[in-house]
This record gives sequence, C-alpha cells and structure tokens, in this order.
Amino acid sequence: MSTSSVSVLDRARTRVLEEGLGLEEADILEVLRLPDEDIPAALQLAHEVRMRWCGPEVEVEGIVSLKTGGCPEDCHFCSQSGLFSSPVRSVWLDIPSLVKAAQQTAATGASEFCIVAAVRGPDAKLMQQMRDGVKAIKEAVDIHVAASLGMLTQEQVDDLVDMGIHRYNHNLETCKSYFPNVVTTHSWEERWSTLKMVRDSGMEVCCGGILGLGETLEQRAEFAAQLAELQPDEVPLNFLNPRPGTPLGDQPVMDPKDALRAIAAFRLALPRTILRYAGGREITLGDLGTREGLLGGINAVIVGNYLTTLGRPATSDLELLQELKMPVKALSATL
Amino acid sequence: MSAAVGTYCDRCGEADPADAAAHAGCRAARELEPPRYCAHCRRRMKVQVVPTGWTASCVEHGTLDSSAP
Repeated sequence: MSTSSVSVLDRARTRVLEEGLGLEEADILEVLRLPDEDIPAALQLAHEVRMRWCGPEVEVEGIVSLKTGGCPEDCHFCSQSGLFSSPVRSVWLDIPSLVKAAQQTAATGASEFCIVAAVRGPDAKLMQQMRDGVKAIKEAVDIHVAASLGMLTQEQVDDLVDMGIHRYNHNLETCKSYFPNVVTTHSWEERWSTLKMVRDSGMEVCCGGILGLGETLEQRAEFAAQLAELQPDEVPLNFLNPRPGTPLGDQPVMDPKDALRAIAAFRLALPRTILRYAGGREITLGDLGTREGLLGGINAVIVGNYLTTLGRPATSDLELLQELKMPVKALSATL
Repeated sequence: MSAAVGTYCDRCGEADPADAAAHAGCRAARELEPPRYCAHCRRRMKVQVVPTGWTASCVEHGTLDSSAP
C-alpha cells in the first residue's frame, strides 16, 4: 500500500468508521486518486463503514417510467429528451400496468417502488395520473411508493405528501461547477430548491447523480461533498450508459477501477446514507461489479430493468444477496 | 429476447441487420436494451420498459413482448 493512501485511509478509519463523520472534499479526492493496488483496501474500509453505520440489510427497489420520452429539458445524457434525435418515443403507462409493475416489484421482496416521469416538472395531467396511480397501488400491494417527477412547486410537494409518497428522487446529476456542461435548460440551483422543499415537507430525500459524464476527479469529489452537505436519505449512484443520439452518446464508458474508487469515496463521504447501485452498473462493472460494490459500501440496489434500458434479472441480484448473507430490508424497517 | 431478424436493425434502424460486422455493436447492446425500431418497416416503436420486462409496439406490425417465447 502506498504511503499517501495509508494516510488517507487511516484518516478515514478514524473519522468515518470510528466517529461516523464523512470525509471532507480534499480527502474524497485523495480516495478517487488512489493507485490501483489500494482499491481493495478502500473498498474494504467502505464496507466496514457501511456495516457499522447502516447495517447488513440491503434496500431493494424497482423503478418504472410513468411517462417516457418527449422531455423538454436537455440533460445531455438522457435519451428521453425531446431535443435530441434519440429513438425513444413518448409513451404513457396506464394505471393497470403501473399496478402490475408494483406487484411484480413487491414479489421480488423489494420494499420500494419508484414512479418516474420524464418532465421538467409535473403538470395537472401528470399529477392526476399520480393521484390515481398511487391510490390504486396502495389498494393492491404493500410497498413504499416513491416518485421522481422533476422540479416541483410547494403545492405539488404538498400534494405528493397527501398522496402518501414517502421519498422523492431528484438527482443533482453532477457537481455545481460541471452542471452547465450537462444541462442548459435549467440550473443546479433550481434542482437544489426543489430538494429543500422536499426535505422540509418530511418526505425522504433521494438525490444522487451520474458519474462518467466527463467531469474531472476534482469535480467528482466536489459532487460527493455537495451531496454530503444536502444529507439525503438515499444517494443513487449511476454510471453513464452512453445513449445513441444524445450529446454524450460517444462518451466512453467509465473505467471500472474509477467506478470502484468512486463507490468507496462516496461511502466514505456519506457514511450513514443509503447508497444505491443504479443505472449503468452492468455496462461499467459487469456481473462481478455488483458483488464488489456490495462488498465496498453499496447497501441498496435497483433490481430488474431501468427506465429505458435493461438490467440484470432481479433473481441474479437476490441470489447474490443471499450468498453474501445480506438480508433484504423488510418493508417495515428503516435503515 | 434477442434482436428480431428482419429488413432493418431493431436497435439503430439501419438496413442489413444480417451484416455481422456492421451490427455487432448493436447486437451486443441489445443484451441490455429493448428494441427501438420495427425490424420490418424501421418505424420507431412505442417501448414501455417495466422492472420485469418490456413491450415494443409498431403501429403497422404489432407488439413484441419480452415475455413471449
């Protein structure tokens, strides 16, 4: 192990593992710069931190797109923007299909079901579809319902609370300094504003982003530090899956070792947060990457398919959890 | 479900999907993607992905379902 990495991991052992405090930005950057031979030690420490401050349970979630495509925003990674020549067409999911997807998700043992819409923010039609859909889900299946509908007004926040939405996802996507390179139709601060309203409403805050958008390691560290400042209940970690027709369609897939460094670094920045493996893990890390992540700080997974792309079969992840003796978080439990 | 054999590649919509070299990347990508173009007429399909599968509908040639054999 190199001398410098001994010192950053030693500092992390004291500050993060023993005291439960997240690493500060300069040390997060040092973890992101660790030499290859120190990655296993970083992942091991991140795993110890997760086990100490979060426990062995893994939160399992399914996600579904209620409204796909045709989004007016220009998030450069997203195949659902109506501004790019992506092959993804606009489509709405009907309520019986939404309920069926929730039932199938619950059947995997998942405790979370997140309804997502590709919009700048919800309009009256989408809010009505949510009202009807959430009511139908709650009548049919016992599962926590989360939502991700873009930027919200205070009235919409209140409506979602009334519907019984227990967690709201709104990703910052990347750090503040790199955001204008990724999105130009709205600002990082607008997203932050929605997150503050969600936090104040009592709903749980789910906020993460996508790594491998072309950001520097310094910006990756900046992003982890900004998430730590927000203190979200959950951080979904996506890795860019370059989509045809988008401005980032030719961006190379993130180096798997950089992805593993990032998993360790984000856990050391956020010792008590639900850190979820989300999109792009299959293409970035392959099948073995799921195991390495779960033994390196990850304590939640999206099972099955994503919004427009496919994931590993849910059974593969569930069998792995069983093998690793990591229990699936029960519906009534909190991490 | 693997890529449907037809006149067009169901991932990129270009012709000659049987050309192994031209569409090797598409075939690999389709392991983790639903089809986007109708292999018969290259219309963009309406695709709905759910946690356990997907459907892809062409207005002319009907619906493909990941659960179909």
